[in-house]
Amino acid sequence: MPHNLHEHSVSPLIEVRFHGRGGQGVVIASEVLAKAAFRMGYEVSAFPFFGVERRGAPVTAYTRIDSRPIRVKTNIYWPDYVVVLDSSLLEGVDVLEGLKVKGSVLVNWPDGKKLKDLPSKFRRFVLDATSIAASHGIGSQTAPIVNTAILGGFARICDAIELEPVLETIREAAPVKKQENVAAAREAYERTIEVTP
Amino acid sequence: MRMVMTGNYASAYGAKLSRAEVIAAYPITPQTSIVEKLAEFVSSGELKAQYIPVESEHSAMAACIAAETAGARTYTATSSHGLTLMHEVLMWASGARLPIVMTNVSRAMAPPWSVWVDNMDSIAQRDTGWLQFFCQNNQEVLDTIIMAYKICESRRVMLPAMIIEDAFILSHTSEPVDVPDQEVVDRFLPPYAPELKIEVGKAMGFGSLVKPDQYMEFRYKDMLAMKEAAERVKAVEKEFKQVFGREYGGLLEKYMCDDAETVLITAGSVAATAKDVVDAMRARGARVGLARIRAFRPFPHEELRALASKVVGIAVLDRSYTFGAAGAMFTEVKASVYSCHKRPVMKNYIAGLGGRDITTKIISNIMDDMAVAAKRGVEDEVEWVDVAGLPRRWR
Repeated sequence: MPHNLHEHSVSPLIEVRFHGRGGQGVVIASEVLAKAAFRMGYEVSAFPFFGVERRGAPVTAYTRIDSRPIRVKTNIYWPDYVVVLDSSLLEGVDVLEGLKVKGSVLVNWPDGKKLKDLPSKFRRFVLDATSIAASHGIGSQTAPIVNTAILGGFARICDAIELEPVLETIREAAPVKKQENVAAAREAYERTIEVTP
Repeated sequence: MRMVMTGNYASAYGAKLSRAEVIAAYPITPQTSIVEKLAEFVSSGELKAQYIPVESEHSAMAACIAAETAGARTYTATSSHGLTLMHEVLMWASGARLPIVMTNVSRAMAPPWSVWVDNMDSIAQRDTGWLQFFCQNNQEVLDTIIMAYKICESRRVMLPAMIIEDAFILSHTSEPVDVPDQEVVDRFLPPYAPELKIEVGKAMGFGSLVKPDQYMEFRYKDMLAMKEAAERVKAVEKEFKQVFGREYGGLLEKYMCDDAETVLITAGSVAATAKDVVDAMRARGARVGLARIRAFRPFPHEELRALASKVVGIAVLDRSYTFGAAGAMFTEVKASVYSCHKRPVMKNYIAGLGGRDITTKIISNIMDDMAVAAKRGVEDEVEWVDVAGLPRRWR
């Protein structure tokens, strides 16, 4: 879908698309990122792909971050960042659809060494959010909730977003295990790496 | 305090700040988080209200009617099939002159089932005697609930109001909302004090039978009340701006219309996106503007006539359709404009039904199409936009 208006004055500062599965906290991740950016003084909006959510089904959510009030209410077609909470989605879902040429993709990737499938025209970042979340006891050992860890990783790859406001927002938003969630995000920030070509 | 919240929470905060005393509601997607949040406010004691869980939307409105008749400020929220189930009692609420305020999370009607946005549900209640406010963002949802109580409870209005919040696009989108202090809202909106209410030990008749020699006078007074409401919308908003610093344009918000040749007229959340499109098109030199129908009832006849006499083309974008006719906003805008000496060329665009995204490209294409039609004449007065099998220019 051509969208040339978006390349000019309509374009907000940062558009982020999250991919995950129902139960992983994808929608919450998009909201926590918006609230962290808002804490930094940005204008924000966050919204789920308006679907019917079921546990395990693919879920998409979005965050817009701008320095001016955000009026646009359309879906995001040309994200600057794509965040993938579940690497199994790389098969079956075109997670890179519309990602801008200089855009970045962050994948929860338990084994970063094998990441050859993502085209190198994008900046590619990986993070083993599943192990980090499990080691901090977030969710269950078989189904750890990775949304807080992945946000720590996002603070690492996005220059506009600092880690501290993300941690503060997680502390505020996490219903249980606040310290563990904050620690997971902090560890994820340290352990996010860029895949070199 | 500015907080990041969904349109549904903005609705719940609006009802809480307005100190609704009775809330009767039945959950329905995508309205449910409004009444869940209000139930939380009531159970925690933050809101001193009677919360009545009911077995249907018809009962929800019936309970609001009873409570309001007894002098309580009431609130409810619904969506789509819930709203249309209420239809009978909506007319009772307005005919009985009860200033109930309700959020309708505007959602498409089935079949086929859809939980996504369009305004068919609200438009279908056009003739029930309710004020209807279409909101463009979550802040406006909260602010309009507070203003609606003040408009509707004024002695010469005494009519109910529907606050229309687009499904998901507002209901489930989080954005910054300024939540005013309770004391400031209390000063702006005094407690509800109707002249007449059911009282123990005081004999009065409510909802009686009247014969043909009296009935018409009741409807005539309703008509006068709705006229008065149009004035109150503007006056209350002026006062609101003085206290809270925000304004929304009265019945019809005009954006970049002063020197516009082509104007898009629409309502709801798509108007917010359209403002960005107007800015982008103006940067390229196009003389375009946007007029947002904020109040569909009372309808902004005079404002539209003043606008129409200055422009060449008017595109009306409806997110609903009245079968056998055209978009409801289009037919009403056209009827208003008919009495202008100089009438613009007009076209109706039907888009975004059942949650289909109305993109910036679709909006700019509509504006471009209208500018051409204004010069070369109209072929199809009503165009369906972005429908499979129809011309690709809309995609």
